[in-house]
Amino acid sequence: MSKNTVSDRFRKVDVDEYDENKFVDEEDGGENQLGPDEAEVDSLIRSGNLMGALQAVLKNPPINTKNQNVKEQTEGLVLKVLSSFKTSDLEKAVQSLDKTGVDLLMKYIYRGFERPSDNSSAILLQWHEKALSAGGVGSIVRVLTARKTV
Amino acid sequence: MSLYSFGLEPLSCHAWNKDRTQIAISPNSNVVHIYQKQGKEWTKIHELTEHSGRITGIDWAPESNRIVTCASDRNAYVWTLKDGVWKPTLVLVRINRAATCVKWSPLENKFALGSGAKLISVCYFEKENDWWLSKHIKKPINSTVLSLDWHPNNILLAAGSADLHCRIFSTYIKDIEDKPGPTPWGSKMPFGEVLLEYKECGGWVHSVCFSPSGDALAWVSHNSAISVANATQGKEVTQLTTEHLPLLSMLYVSETEIVAAGHDCCPYQFSYKGPGCLEFVKKVDIPKQSSKGNMSAMQHFRNLDKKATIEEEETGLGSLHQNSITQLCILEGPKAKVEKFSSVGLDGAMVVWDFKVFHSKLDLQLS
Repeated sequence: MSKNTVSDRFRKVDVDEYDENKFVDEEDGGENQLGPDEAEVDSLIRSGNLMGALQAVLKNPPINTKNQNVKEQTEGLVLKVLSSFKTSDLEKAVQSLDKTGVDLLMKYIYRGFERPSDNSSAILLQWHEKALSAGGVGSIVRVLTARKTV
Repeated sequence: MSLYSFGLEPLSCHAWNKDRTQIAISPNSNVVHIYQKQGKEWTKIHELTEHSGRITGIDWAPESNRIVTCASDRNAYVWTLKDGVWKPTLVLVRINRAATCVKWSPLENKFALGSGAKLISVCYFEKENDWWLSKHIKKPINSTVLSLDWHPNNILLAAGSADLHCRIFSTYIKDIEDKPGPTPWGSKMPFGEVLLEYKECGGWVHSVCFSPSGDALAWVSHNSAISVANATQGKEVTQLTTEHLPLLSMLYVSETEIVAAGHDCCPYQFSYKGPGCLEFVKKVDIPKQSSKGNMSAMQHFRNLDKKATIEEEETGLGSLHQNSITQLCILEGPKAKVEKFSSVGLDGAMVVWDFKVFHSKLDLQLS
């Protein structure tokens, strides 16, 4: 068969870059978002105040930041808090959250599903069940449609 | 409440004539069927076959008895009834993508067409040349226009689009109408002026609706939320996130009550009484009574053999519609006090909901 000797470099051009009407997502300044306070959360876990730790770790979610490290750090911290709960306390903990809290918890749960470690999936599934009964399928839809996520 | 099935094909859109004896529907194809009500049945009397693409929007103007249809073939036709036959007139909408929705204005002298070309085409009839002209609203729309609704003053137009924004535009065309007076949304209204632009909708805005007075605008978005913007309170927006699947269509049934329906296959009622006071009222559907009759021993064993279970399984949904509801339409009553509304869905069924029934049922429960 004959070989195409004409250059095909044009196939690698990203035409969307040259489109003057290209949609650019608005980026809000997210540099100041550092995620929840690690020291505060750790001390609350150590002192056994798990409900307080949950409230604290859901504060200051790093939604707008482009810094991936902050996001991963926060996810690790959230996982730590979620794993330290006893199964029987899960339901009460979820009840203590308001609507936005349940939505945020769902976002962290799905983020945790993305990178499963040894026992994380089992714990996250238990939390998922309780969060689902509190937030309904609507909270999962909001995880899927959120443009800026944790 | 009554259900009528128009076949197995999903119903993309529907529109009623003035006295609600005829309905125009499109069964997910490029044809519009017009059915006439005869007793309890519906018989097909007309077929409108001019479009070459799937029909995405139908609107029937009650007073002037004209139908406007738009389709994915980038065209819109205005149909007029002449000697018992519907005759189409092509409208030059000048779009290079599919049309997504179309709505007659309250005075029926113009209509708005939303499209995937990131613009809204406002069309009006020019008598001198005997054709329909269009004017485009382009800025600042960044993606497909998914839904439209007119303000009672015939000038303001609300548009929900896939760029996660909800906007109100002015469509004042000085050739055909007088200058509009000021409204709570604003007073300077040249064509294309943006009077409201809300960008935190959270998801594609599937449906927008003005309240009967026009002072409030409600919309439903794909993040399973319903929001209301109140012009009289500084255009403040109140959002309510629901625990249901996303809603696709909504209606105002009174100045404060809203009915919305979507992928959950049944309508829900919401109530807006002021900024910060948007709440869920109830599900507007009477759940099916599951008939757990006595099963004979023979049936027990038959079930065990065939399905490995002795329970009777419900394979249908508990709601009247068996698939997502795509569009709601007012049937009876003025906009401020709707008594009946209709819904069509992907299951090919059209259901007429009686709002009075639910009011009286509620009274019986309380007394």
